[in-house]
Amino acid sequence: MSEITKEQIRQPENLVYTKTKLLTDKALSYCPGCGHGTAHRIVMEVIEELNAQSETIGIAPVGCSVLAYEFMNIDMQQAAHGRAPALATAVKRLMPEKLVFTYQGDGDLAAIGTAETIHACNRGENITIIFINNGIYGMTGGQMAPTTLPNMKASTCPYGRDVVTMGNPLKMTELVAQLPGVRYVTRQSVHTPGNVRKTKKAIRKAFDMQKENKGLTFVEIVSNCNSGWKMTPIQSNKWMEENMFPFYPLGDIKVDGQLVK
Amino acid sequence: MKELRLMKGNEAVAEAAIRAGCDGYFGYPITPQSEVMEYLMYQEPHKTTGMVVLQAESEVAAINMVYGGASCGKRVMTSSSSPGISLKQEGISYIAGAELPCLIVNVVRGGPGLGTIQPAQSDYFQSTKGGGHGDYRLLVLAPASVQEMADFAGLGFELAFKYRNPVLILSDGVIGQMMEKVELQPHQPRFTKEEIKANTPWATYGKTDDRGRNIITSLDLDSHKQEKHVTHLAEKYQAMEENEVRYEEFQTEDAEYLIVAYGSSARISQKAVDIARAKGIKVGLLRPITLFPFPKKPLAKLATQVKGILSVEMSLGQMVEDVKLAVECKIKVEHFGRYGGIIPTPDEVVAALEQKIIGG
Ligand SMILES: Cc1ncc(C[n+]2csc(CCOP(=O)(O)OP(=O)(O)O)c2C)c(N)n1
Ligand code: SF4
Repeated sequence: MSEITKEQIRQPENLVYTKTKLLTDKALSYCPGCGHGTAHRIVMEVIEELNAQSETIGIAPVGCSVLAYEFMNIDMQQAAHGRAPALATAVKRLMPEKLVFTYQGDGDLAAIGTAETIHACNRGENITIIFINNGIYGMTGGQMAPTTLPNMKASTCPYGRDVVTMGNPLKMTELVAQLPGVRYVTRQSVHTPGNVRKTKKAIRKAFDMQKENKGLTFVEIVSNCNSGWKMTPIQSNKWMEENMFPFYPLGDIKVDGQLVK
Repeated sequence: MKELRLMKGNEAVAEAAIRAGCDGYFGYPITPQSEVMEYLMYQEPHKTTGMVVLQAESEVAAINMVYGGASCGKRVMTSSSSPGISLKQEGISYIAGAELPCLIVNVVRGGPGLGTIQPAQSDYFQSTKGGGHGDYRLLVLAPASVQEMADFAGLGFELAFKYRNPVLILSDGVIGQMMEKVELQPHQPRFTKEEIKANTPWATYGKTDDRGRNIITSLDLDSHKQEKHVTHLAEKYQAMEENEVRYEEFQTEDAEYLIVAYGSSARISQKAVDIARAKGIKVGLLRPITLFPFPKKPLAKLATQVKGILSVEMSLGQMVEDVKLAVECKIKVEHFGRYGGIIPTPDEVVAALEQKIIGG
């Protein structure tokens, strides 16, 4: 039997997966095992599916994904910490035909940018917000986030988050779902292939709704921060399932303007 | 045919912005400049020129909307008064860092803190020396009339795009609130998509196959590149110093003494010059129109002619430092000002000139 070479295997017809052209060739700056990279990929895959590269403006936050514009092969703006929804508001108002999204961490969206988030949502801006909730400030080295779980340890709550003095975790997603201008709210994850598929469908739905001028669409992705949580990637995914999901249950929260349940 | 109207300064800058082809205004109410947004909302320019007018949730949001809009190559603006301008400093620093053109109007009131709603000129340092973090400069225009409030909207946009830099109109409660006759410019169309592509090829309007990504950012984690970027900014500010200095001289030809004043203080000082001249005092006025770039050269030249300079400002004395630097302390320079919302009278200015400069 003749030897099959690697080159023979790597033929287009044999490929089950290729990187979307909407991701650049730059190596991701994320820690191995981090959910940010997967989230980037599926957002870009959806934009490719929609053939919307020339129609899309993305807004990068301040956080680990501050350099999202290095990886996403589209026109992008880098916002000050928490202000991405304000930028997106203006971009969409001035160019209503474009597809506009923000990509924000939990510190960015639910702490310093709370006002910008709530008010963009309340105005029902016709934009999509992709919200990566990893319960911690990844970029600055693992400080407490507004989403940090009760008793969870972080560098600024080394003995665990004491809800009496530090407040309870903020469920921004449930909060914005109450606002009439927000039409689609869902909470997903990207830690298993099945969840990746569901999240991708959710992002597609959000962008489709935006294209139909339906109002604000909001996709939370509960994610891991293995570095900040001081765990291996596998441990962090397990910990996420056992601790984050009970507090931040996955699933749709608002569909077509109607609260689910 | 000339189009003349009687308008408040705040209304004039709003009307002039519509006529200058402004694409978007984003603001938050604060006295004494709320008429800017009120006027725009009343005019509904989205029905005529397509201009977007949006009341933001805060000045922080408003300036970041300006960042978003400017990043798309649009003519965008915001206005506020002192406490609100303080809140905008974060965004202004990012806009300067990312080299975005935009127009910002500050109708100054007395401070610090909530201060007073009455006019002041105590935001000079903030406007000309930074205000936000980092090495940057705004191009600062100081109107002294309702006419200039109108004229500087168009000029402001023009300079903002010429230098890819934020332009600040530093007004005050007097100029914003008073009514004067104003001649309005004819309507200029908003930029077309083609013009945006041609004039602002760096803008984010969607990546097409014929070009790379357009990225708007003020971040560079590589310090060597960041240093290069700041050097590039410095070259821009240098070019502004060479090309954009604007000022006006009044009765300086034979002057033995000089008053330097901008904005409404210049209006008051002009009257003071008349009063002093009637008394036989040969005094002239230099009115900086651009505060950055500051008219250093004309001041240095006048310093070889006059015996002393009085800087008149509605503050504890901020511009006076630039006057001293411009004349290299070769002649006497003193400050006179009222503050906290008090407007000096021309007689007070003359008295200060006599005491601090002529007599002193
Ligand atoms: C005004 C301002 N304050 C603080 C910071 C520092 N900072 C950078 S990223 C960050 C937290 C980001 O956390 P998160 O949004 O949860 O994103 P992650 O890094 O976890 O993805 C902070 C506080 C900043 N850049 N700007
Ligand atoms: S610090 Fe956390 S959020 Fe940031 S890249 Fe690493 S794992 Fe991801």
